[in-house]
Amino acid sequence: MSISKKGLLAGVATATIALVATFVAPAAYAGTSAANCANVGSGYAVQKGKTVEVFTSVVGDELTRYAAASKDFTACTGIKINWNGSDQFEAQLPVRVAGGTAPDLALVPQPGLIAQMVATGKAVAAPSAVVNNINRYWSKSWRNLGSVNGTFYAAPNSANLKSLVWYSPKQFAKYGYTVPTTWAQMFTQSDKMAAAGQTAWCGGIGSGGATGWPATDWLEEVVVREAGATVYNNWISHKVKFSDAPIIHAMNTVLNWMGNSKYVGKVSTIATTSFQDAVTGIPSGACMQLQQASFIAASLPKDSVVSPTGDAWVYYLPGINPAVTTPVEGGGEFYLAFNSSKATTEVQTFLSTPQWAITRVKAAGSNGGWLSANSGVPAATYSNPLDALSAKYLSDPHSTFVFDASDAMPAAIGNGAMWTGFTDWFANGTAVKTVASRIDSAWPAGN
Amino acid sequence: MSSFWRDNLPKLGQMFASIAIFLAVLSVIFFIAGKANGKKQRPIAIFVFLGPALILLLFGLLGPAIRTLLLSFKGSASHSWVGFSNYTWLFTDESERIVLRNTVFWILFTPIVTTGLGLLLAVLLDRMRRESIAKSLIFMPMAISFVGASITWAFVYKYANPNQPQVGLMSSVARHLGFEPTNWLLTQPLNTFLLMIIFIWSQTGFAMVILSAAIKNVPTDVVEASALDGATGWRLFRGITFPMVRSTFIVVLATMVVATLKLFDIVRAATGGNFGTSVLANEMYSETFIRYDAGRGAAMAIVLFVLVLPVLCYNIFNLRRERTIA
Repeated sequence: MSISKKGLLAGVATATIALVATFVAPAAYAGTSAANCANVGSGYAVQKGKTVEVFTSVVGDELTRYAAASKDFTACTGIKINWNGSDQFEAQLPVRVAGGTAPDLALVPQPGLIAQMVATGKAVAAPSAVVNNINRYWSKSWRNLGSVNGTFYAAPNSANLKSLVWYSPKQFAKYGYTVPTTWAQMFTQSDKMAAAGQTAWCGGIGSGGATGWPATDWLEEVVVREAGATVYNNWISHKVKFSDAPIIHAMNTVLNWMGNSKYVGKVSTIATTSFQDAVTGIPSGACMQLQQASFIAASLPKDSVVSPTGDAWVYYLPGINPAVTTPVEGGGEFYLAFNSSKATTEVQTFLSTPQWAITRVKAAGSNGGWLSANSGVPAATYSNPLDALSAKYLSDPHSTFVFDASDAMPAAIGNGAMWTGFTDWFANGTAVKTVASRIDSAWPAGN
Repeated sequence: MSSFWRDNLPKLGQMFASIAIFLAVLSVIFFIAGKANGKKQRPIAIFVFLGPALILLLFGLLGPAIRTLLLSFKGSASHSWVGFSNYTWLFTDESERIVLRNTVFWILFTPIVTTGLGLLLAVLLDRMRRESIAKSLIFMPMAISFVGASITWAFVYKYANPNQPQVGLMSSVARHLGFEPTNWLLTQPLNTFLLMIIFIWSQTGFAMVILSAAIKNVPTDVVEASALDGATGWRLFRGITFPMVRSTFIVVLATMVVATLKLFDIVRAATGGNFGTSVLANEMYSETFIRYDAGRGAAMAIVLFVLVLPVLCYNIFNLRRERTIA
C-alpha cells in the first residue's frame, strides 16, 4: 500500500509541476516590446532561441515575480529563463542530477545541499564573472557558504535576517530608553528596566510539537557573537560539541539573559508561553524587548503601528566579541550550475549582479519581503523600511553571516534533542552542563 | 481559471478515472465468474468474494506490519541492522521511561474513570425527568475533536507571570480564592492528569449513551420481579442491572483502553509532549516524522501493537462466548 500511495503522490506531483511550468513559463517570455536594457547591464552576448532552466523550490505568485523580474534580460539577450518551481525540490534535485537530467541552474536553499551536489561531480564551479561579482558585492562569509573545499560554486540569491530585537519606540521614548548599539549597553539598559520594576525581556518558546525552537535561536545568536563563524560552523558538524567550552560559555550567556528572572520574571513561564504570545506585550510595555525575526510582526495586536516611532519596531541585536564583525544569523539561497554552456554562464552571471537584485526587490512591490545581501543594492531600493534595515546588516561587507544551526544539524538534534533539551532547561532549570551532555549523547550514528 | 481549479481539476480527473477503472475491473471479474459453472464454480466464487479482501489485508495490513517489525531492528536511516538496541533504548532511556510511565498512567486511570463515570451517569439519569436534555448536554463534548477540546482546555490551564493578569480560568479562579496559582501544565505529574481530564470530559458522554441503551434493554419483568423480592437501590444494581449490562461495559472499557493507547492528539495539541507529558503514540510520531529516526519510531509502534493485542483478544473471545450462549 505504501508503494502505490507513493506512486500516486509522485504522479500528482509531476502533474502539478507540469501545470505550474505551463502556466508560469509564458509570463517569462512575454512583453519584449518595452525592454529597458540599462536595467540588465552590459557585456552579454545575444543568443536568440536559447533557454536556461532554473529549478527552484519557489512556487506560485512568488515564482511569477521571478519571471517578471527577468523579462528585460530575456528581451535584451534573447536567452529565455524557464523558472521551474516544485514544492518537492529538495527530493527531486538529487534524483534529477543522478538520472542525468540535471537542470542548468538550481536555486539551492541550504549550504548542505550544495556540498552534496558538488560531491556528485555534476556541479560546475562558478565562472570568473560570478567570482568577480561575489568578491565585489558580498562579504567573505557569503563567499564561504557558496564554496566547497575552497572552490567557489554558488552565488547567493535572496537573504533573510533573524538577528533582530523587537521593542516599542513609544515605550522607549516614554521612559527615556535608547536603542543600544553594543551588547554591554543593551544589558546596562536592561538593568535599568529591571530596577524600575519593568520586565526587560519578553520570552516564549511554546510552539506545540516544535516547542523550544526560539531558544535555539538565542543560543545560535550568542555562539556566533562570542566565538565567530568558524566555531559556529564546526558546531553544526559536531566537530565542536555542546559540552565544549565555547558552547557552554554561550549557554551561560543565554542563562544570564533569557534565563535570568531579573529580566524575564518567572523563567519557567517562557516554556509555556507560545512564541506568538511573547510579542503581544511589546506595544503596552508589559515587557520591553524580544529577540525574534521580522515575521513575528504578524502576531502583534491588530491596531499596532510598526514603524520607527510607532508601537513596535526592531533594532539589530548587537555584537559581543569585537573580533567578530557584524554577526548576522539568517537564511538564503544559492544558484548552483550543472553545466558551463555560454547561455547558462550568462544567466548565472546576470543573477549575481546588483541589476538583477534591484529589479527583483522592486518586483516584490510595496509589501517587500525580498532582500539581497548584495552590497550593490542601494538602501533606497527597498520600499519597506523593515527590509531596508535588515538589508543594511545583511549586505555589510564585513558581516559574519551564519545559517540557522538547528536547521542544519541532523533532525535528531535540530528537531529533537535541542528542542526538548532547551525546553527542559527553561521549564525545570536543568543545569547547562546536563543539557549540553544530553544533546551530545543524542547525536545520531546515521545508520 | 483560478489557481484552485488549475491545481485540483487534474486530481478530480484522476479520481473519476480510477473509479471507472475499478468498476471496469469489477465487471470483468463478475462476468468471468458468472460464466463459470460445474466443478469450478465454488472455488471461483470463493476467490471472487474473498480475494479482494485478502489482497487488501495483505498489502494494507500484513505487509506494513512486517515492514514495521523489520524497521524496528534497523538504525535511524534504516541502513543497517542494530538488533534490539531500539528496544533497549526505549526501556532504559530516562525520558522514554517517563513516556512509558505516562502511558501506564493513562491506561490504568482513564478507561476505568471514563466508563465508570459513564455507567454512573447512565444509572442516575435513567428514567429521570427530562432525561434526554441532560444526556444531550453530557454527550455534546463528544462532538468536539480532541484537538479543539485540547486547545480550549489549554486556555483553562493557561498561566501568566505573577505580575500579569491571569487569563487562564483555573489560574484566575485560584487567584480570586486568594492563593497564587501554579503553572499547571508544568507541574509533574499533575499535568498528565490534567490532560486526562480532557479525555474524560470528551468521552464520558459516549460511554454513558452506550451503557444507557444497555440499561434500557434490561427486561422490565426481571427488574419488577427482583423488586418484589425486595431488591432496591444498590442491591438491584449489583444483582440485576450490572450483570445484565456487563458485556456492554466490557466492550466500552476495551474501546476506551484502545483509544487511550492510541492517544496522540490531546498530548500533541496541549503540551506538544513536553514537560513530561508525552505518551507512546506521540513519541512514535515525533521519532519517525520529526527526528527522522524510523527505527525507534517502528519499535514504539511494535510495543503499542503488543499492548493493544491482549485487549483485542479478550474482546473477540468475549464476543464469541456470547454468540455461543445466544
